[in-house]
Amino acid sequence: MEQVKCECGHVNPFGTAFCEACGKPLEEAEKPLLDMRYEGSARRSQTYNKTVIDKIWNFFSSVKVGVWLIVITLIASAIGTIFPQKMYLPPNVTPAQYYEDEYGWAGKLYYELGFDNLYGSWWYMLLIALIGVSLVICSLDRVIPLYRALNNQGVTRHDAFLRRQRLFSATKIADDRLLETIKERLAKRRYHIREENGNILAEKGRFSRWGPYVNHIGLIIFLIGAMLRFVPGMYVDKVLWIREGETKEIPGTNGEYFLKNEKFTFETYQKGKENAVFNAAIDRVGSGMVAKTYETKAVLYKRVGPVIAGEEPKLKKIKEYKIRVNEPLKYDHYALYQVDFKLNELKSMSFALVDKQTSKSFGMITVDLLQPKEKYDLGNGYQVQLLSYFPDFYFDDDGNPNTRSKVPNNPAFVFKMFAPDKPKGEVSFVAIRQTIEPFGNNKYKMAFAGIDTRNVSALTVRRDFTLWVLGVGGTVFMIGLIQGMYWNHRRIWLKRTNGEVWLAAHTNKNWFGLKREIQAVIDGTGIRMPIDQAEIAKKVQGGDEHGTA
Amino acid sequence: MVQLSSTLLYIAFVLYLIGTFFFGGTIRDKKGSGRTNRWATFGIIITIFGFIAQLGYFITRWIAAGHAPVSNLFEFTTFFGMMLVAAFIVIYFIYKTPVLGVFTLPVALLVIAYASMFPREITPLIPALQSDWLKIHVTTAAAGEAILAVSFAAGLIYLIRVVDQSTPSKRTFWLEFVLFCLITTLGFVGVSSAFAIADYEAKFQWIDKNGKKTEAIYELPALVGPHKGTLEKESKDRMQPLVEMPAIINAKKLNTVIWSLFGGAVLYFLLRLVLRKRVAAAIQPFMKNVNLDLTDEISYRAVAIGFPVFTLGALIFAMIWAQIAWTRFWGWDPKEVWALITWLFYAAFLHLRLSRGWHGEKSAWLAVIGFAIIMFNLVAVNLVIAGLHSYAGS
Repeated sequence: MEQVKCECGHVNPFGTAFCEACGKPLEEAEKPLLDMRYEGSARRSQTYNKTVIDKIWNFFSSVKVGVWLIVITLIASAIGTIFPQKMYLPPNVTPAQYYEDEYGWAGKLYYELGFDNLYGSWWYMLLIALIGVSLVICSLDRVIPLYRALNNQGVTRHDAFLRRQRLFSATKIADDRLLETIKERLAKRRYHIREENGNILAEKGRFSRWGPYVNHIGLIIFLIGAMLRFVPGMYVDKVLWIREGETKEIPGTNGEYFLKNEKFTFETYQKGKENAVFNAAIDRVGSGMVAKTYETKAVLYKRVGPVIAGEEPKLKKIKEYKIRVNEPLKYDHYALYQVDFKLNELKSMSFALVDKQTSKSFGMITVDLLQPKEKYDLGNGYQVQLLSYFPDFYFDDDGNPNTRSKVPNNPAFVFKMFAPDKPKGEVSFVAIRQTIEPFGNNKYKMAFAGIDTRNVSALTVRRDFTLWVLGVGGTVFMIGLIQGMYWNHRRIWLKRTNGEVWLAAHTNKNWFGLKREIQAVIDGTGIRMPIDQAEIAKKVQGGDEHGTA
Repeated sequence: MVQLSSTLLYIAFVLYLIGTFFFGGTIRDKKGSGRTNRWATFGIIITIFGFIAQLGYFITRWIAAGHAPVSNLFEFTTFFGMMLVAAFIVIYFIYKTPVLGVFTLPVALLVIAYASMFPREITPLIPALQSDWLKIHVTTAAAGEAILAVSFAAGLIYLIRVVDQSTPSKRTFWLEFVLFCLITTLGFVGVSSAFAIADYEAKFQWIDKNGKKTEAIYELPALVGPHKGTLEKESKDRMQPLVEMPAIINAKKLNTVIWSLFGGAVLYFLLRLVLRKRVAAAIQPFMKNVNLDLTDEISYRAVAIGFPVFTLGALIFAMIWAQIAWTRFWGWDPKEVWALITWLFYAAFLHLRLSRGWHGEKSAWLAVIGFAIIMFNLVAVNLVIAGLHSYAGS
């Protein structure tokens, strides 16, 4: 590879704009000021453009392309918020129908374009991936040559380099001791000072130059973390519906953990019971309308011993915990979150076997709605058989009784009642507020005698091994951002030539701060305040904006 | 305590208003040319007192409620206004630019006035909000947005100073549009307050999109009425709607928007009548002493300071809390998405500025757009799009 040797003796990589060591421009000057953005270093993307790899590299190393990717992602993201995404639709609706019904032709179009699942679409993911690629290539293209250039920089700079800095002044000066004062002042301002043949390079905050690259690394770690989500075993996302009093295996734990729901509590803010300052707010929406607590009093168990099919597991109690919103139960990388609930689900129904004429009762049965018995013996020759049970009863298209689910939302029963005087039994169909006697007039009936209910709690089971990767990514990103944003890289060069002191300065941002600092440092030394050559250039051009950062 | 709290907020509001006039006074001062002078000193002192009063409001309300007062739209927006003033005070001491006060304080005033149009009661916390992350996430996010808003104020100053007003152009149009939006906020506040003082209320029975009978209470005369809406008995003498809306449109909110635009248009028209030129053209002469490079620097510096704060508050803390409360750190809720959009936008802003040399006017326009996105997230996403984050503002 070709290399460029500067007159100062330093060997620069091919493509360098000005010498890494002394700053002598190696390429012909077009603009009055040097472009200091990447220290004139030889960036691969600016140097090679022959092979396909070069072209791809150059495409992704362009900040312009990066910004376009950001802008396109931004617009796409905004489109995704016009109508609710698929995941936020109410349950039990078909998206195709829902979008059209709710939002008319616009909703239909939205659905047909696939915007109902925009953030999970291949092209959105591709955009994010392209941003990731752009991050890597942009950073590599810049950080390596920049590191080289800053590492190789010399103290004595070429005259052309100094003259073509944005801040520059030349002062005829007799008294050399003044430079000592300046050095002291610079040191006090925590400048790192290097000296060579009476020339000075004062520098501080160089580490802020690495800020962008650090934060890009953070972002890449974060994106990798987000991708790990799709690796099997990294991520568990299950829902556990559990009734009061039930002990259930926690899904996603491979049968290792069990949970018992001892009690589910739902509380609302009641007027009079709360701090009086809330009264006005409670009045606005009505007492008992604002939720206060969702809480599942739970006991976590762990299975001990091997799993034997068909046998009750042996459980060891691990801990008791009140699971609330914002207070998940955490154990062994698993977390259980309170997410939903159902109040007063039917648990059991009681009926009395009654003589229709005399209203005399011959005993009571209680049907467990989840595990009903087939026979209920009332003694003295009275007996009730449960022929059929429909937990979630409805009449199907053929007019037959059927059940929608196994959840006892609307239980219905076919009973057969036996009595000493009815040894063959009488059949009765009993549903809520409805009794049918399919085979004529019965003597006995099953009289509704009461219900028992309980609450059901829904918990999300989560195990997410990607979280720490995301945490590391986020932390690194923040560190890089703060490093790059809250500090700046300032350099002040002082050079003696022909009885003059030349002063030039550069910062990557906050020029006002730098100017103020120079002003304070040279105050009273007789050295001229540097002129802002960018401002002058601007005035000459007539106020159009240009500049380097 | 609640009474004291409201009084302190009121005092803060008045002090900010007075502070604005003092900063305004610095402009007329020919010798001042942006440097500190007596007007500016008074202005900043009054502003600091206003800030202390508002801090008092915040603390007393916190004590009264037992939780950080950032839990509903009124509280959040007021806090945003407070942070805007805080950000201004900090930037003022870095750059000593009174003219920034002339723009930042009115924006803060508008924000606080806008906030006061929503229910102001202290609300008890729903389970999802019962967390320390409420104060951590919301305050940091608001602070970040407020610092970014200072960038808007500086950008606006830059544009008013630099946009050529001698001939109408796209630039003059959009600059007027920005000012019109600010005036419309004032229109909203004016119209809402006027009818609130008059105790206007009209109850409608209407049929919603599911065919259910529902009640709607209008606090403004109904220009657009709800679907098949009829006035209830007690509001029989109230104005009949001019147009009826289909059921899928929230007629009440639309009505408020129309009234605000109407109020804004009247104010704007009156201003134009008095000024006999574009509003920006009328302000421009007062900006002639403004140092453009300094203003540009402030606009950029505010983004440089605000962007990390915003990232931390509105994305990182938000994700941590979402993981705890909603089981997942990210769920594409509209508010989350708009925080991401804001973040992407300012990321683009910084890249354009640092790498592609977008300084000065281009950068100022970007600062204005950024603020528009933040306001969209605050106003439209809360009131129109509404997801998990939506506060109970009507």
